[in-house]
Amino acid sequence: MNRLLDRLTQNGKFHPMWIVLAVTGVLIVASIVFIPARYEGSKEPKQKIAVADHAAAETLPEPDAGQHESKPEPAVIQTTHFTPPAERDMPTGEMGDMIKLGRNIFVHTQVYAKNLVGNGLNCVNCHLDAGRKADSAPLWGAYVMFPAYRSKNHKVNSFEDRLAGCFRFSLNGTPPAYNSKEMLALTSYSYWLATGAPTGKELAGRGYPKLDKPPRQPDAQRGAAVFEKNCAICHGADGLGTKVNAQYAFPPLWGKDSFNAGAGMHSVKNAAAFIKANMPLGKGNSLSVQEAWDVAQFVDSHDRPPDPRVKK
Amino acid sequence: MTFARNPAVEIGLLLLLAGQAGVSHADVKAGEAIAKSGTGNISACMLCHGLNGEGRPPAGFPRLAGQNRDYLVKQLKDFKAKLRTNPLMRPIASALNTAQMNDVADYYASLPPWKPGTGPAQNTAQTPRGAQLAQHGNWDKGMPACFACHGANGAGIPPHFPSIAGQNAVYISNQLNAWKAGTRINDPEGLMKAVADKLSPEDISAVSAYLANPK
Ligand code: HEC
Ligand code: HEC
Ligand code: HEC
Ligand code: HEC
Repeated sequence: MNRLLDRLTQNGKFHPMWIVLAVTGVLIVASIVFIPARYEGSKEPKQKIAVADHAAAETLPEPDAGQHESKPEPAVIQTTHFTPPAERDMPTGEMGDMIKLGRNIFVHTQVYAKNLVGNGLNCVNCHLDAGRKADSAPLWGAYVMFPAYRSKNHKVNSFEDRLAGCFRFSLNGTPPAYNSKEMLALTSYSYWLATGAPTGKELAGRGYPKLDKPPRQPDAQRGAAVFEKNCAICHGADGLGTKVNAQYAFPPLWGKDSFNAGAGMHSVKNAAAFIKANMPLGKGNSLSVQEAWDVAQFVDSHDRPPDPRVKK
Repeated sequence: MTFARNPAVEIGLLLLLAGQAGVSHADVKAGEAIAKSGTGNISACMLCHGLNGEGRPPAGFPRLAGQNRDYLVKQLKDFKAKLRTNPLMRPIASALNTAQMNDVADYYASLPPWKPGTGPAQNTAQTPRGAQLAQHGNWDKGMPACFACHGANGAGIPPHFPSIAGQNAVYISNQLNAWKAGTRINDPEGLMKAVADKLSPEDISAVSAYLANPK
């Protein structure tokens, strides 16, 4: 299979068939992994892939709000998430180069996809650990769920459509063309991260963990106090981030260099869930449910670039 | 009081009162005098921190040269306020007034920072682990990369996050162990405690050695 893929990429350019083959590849890899005998003998025989209860079919992310409205909550807190392959096991050769490029675009978007970005963010700012970290919308959790129907535009959306959404809203930019190097690289990287994951299954750790409703109505004023105590040291007292050598070392939470008003993070529900699980950096899950909602309300109450879909 | 008798301090104070934020030459000079000769009953900093603030690696005395100024001032204040304990540093910091702290911090911050590529390249069995922790962290335990908070290549993110690259390994591991043991408690919002708690003894050894000379 790998050799076949290599062959397809041999003449320096990616053939569109590659994507089809990649998807088929995932299906084949997944089925091989799940032949029990083979599974026992595989590199990580103890690894259990936790699959969330797949009760609802419509779990597609919308760029604007309520991404995981119907995402079922895992019954217990999952400690054994699907584990993507280690970075050092990245394949070499042309396929490997494309995967590596995808990783670089994802982590250093400001450098590797400079002209597609309209703010100061990188993909990794919201999808932690290079898109690997469970509970911060990891790429492996997303990849296996596409293509899928999306109620928002009443059609089956490709994985590329989803990537395009984050370019347009989260990065306030321009989506790369679907046959562009950038798109192929990001898809290759995601495909590789999902190596061994069952397709079409909502894996534990996908998206953000569902957050309980707050005991009290979210309040931006209380949120301001949470922000000052827990967030300002990194994101700045003014929330505009902290720069080193003209690049953001800590990203802006609002203002012209942050995500736009059409972005998933501009839904308080999403922001609260992300913040609860992942912020303050290195101290995820240390805020109370109420604090997470309040600070999310506060963050999303600030000015930022407008939603590009709204006509002025 | 030493305060009133020190003309450099008075100038510094006047400048401050005049609303001058920049580091004046007088501050650095006054700081250099303290660092090299001490003042009153305070011994010269260089006795322990090295002639040019490079530290004394085997003893675990930290490098101060090129460290960010605000961080240095905070540490001196923390020693004085007993928020950070050390039998050698506490009496010294306690004897410094705020103006002297600012001067000496300005001086050390003005010295050249550690440069990558100096010192022998290391390549031991624990180097890959050290590099992994510094650059990528250990997310299985929820630990971010050291460089996420300490900046690209550990050069620091002023004003709150110190440079850690080129710091000596003994000192780094002392600090990590102190946070783990709960004897260093002056980190804002417990950010370093949360990190240190997720490091095994092997991790501490590997990451400290790596940071002393990261590639
Ligand atoms: C120790 C530093 C630190 C603290 C404290 C911290 N963050 Fe962050 N935050 C980061 C970093 C670094 C990123 C980007 C992550 C990456 O690129 O790996 C980030 C990303 C984010 C993002 C997504 C990116 C963006 O710009 O919108 C949000 C939202 C966010 N943080 C909110 C918060 C909130 C709210 C708090 C306080 C409860 C907080 N953070 C505390 C360092 C911090
Ligand atoms: C400002 C924060 C932010 C940035 C920056 C960002 N995203 Fe997202 N992304 C989100 C949010 C919020 C979601 C929705 C998560 C959910 O529904 O649980 C999302 C969802 C996704 C998904 C689908 C996840 C799933 O499980 O369905 C993919 C794929 C994705 N983003 C890729 C990217 C790429 C590629 C980039 C860079 C071009 C990027 N993101 C930048 C916030 C961001
Ligand atoms: C007798 C030896 C000694 C002398 C003299 C000394 N120091 Fe120190 N200093 C230390 C030691 C040891 C530490 C590390 C303490 C620890 O391990 O927590 C330290 C730590 C520090 C730190 C914290 C560094 C960091 O990276 O966090 C600062 C700042 C400092 N010293 C400044 C000074 C100044 C300024 C002087 C002179 C006025 C001075 N020191 C004189 C031994 C000394
Ligand atoms: C979430 C942010 C964060 C992360 C991640 C982080 N640090 Fe820190 N670190 C800090 C802060 C904040 C301080 C300053 C503490 C203070 O003000 O006293 C600090 C201080 C230190 C110091 C003391 C420096 C000195 O001169 O005394 C060392 C050593 C250190 N960190 C090592 C590490 C190592 C090693 C890692 C990775 C394993 C790491 N840090 C990861 C936030 C972080």
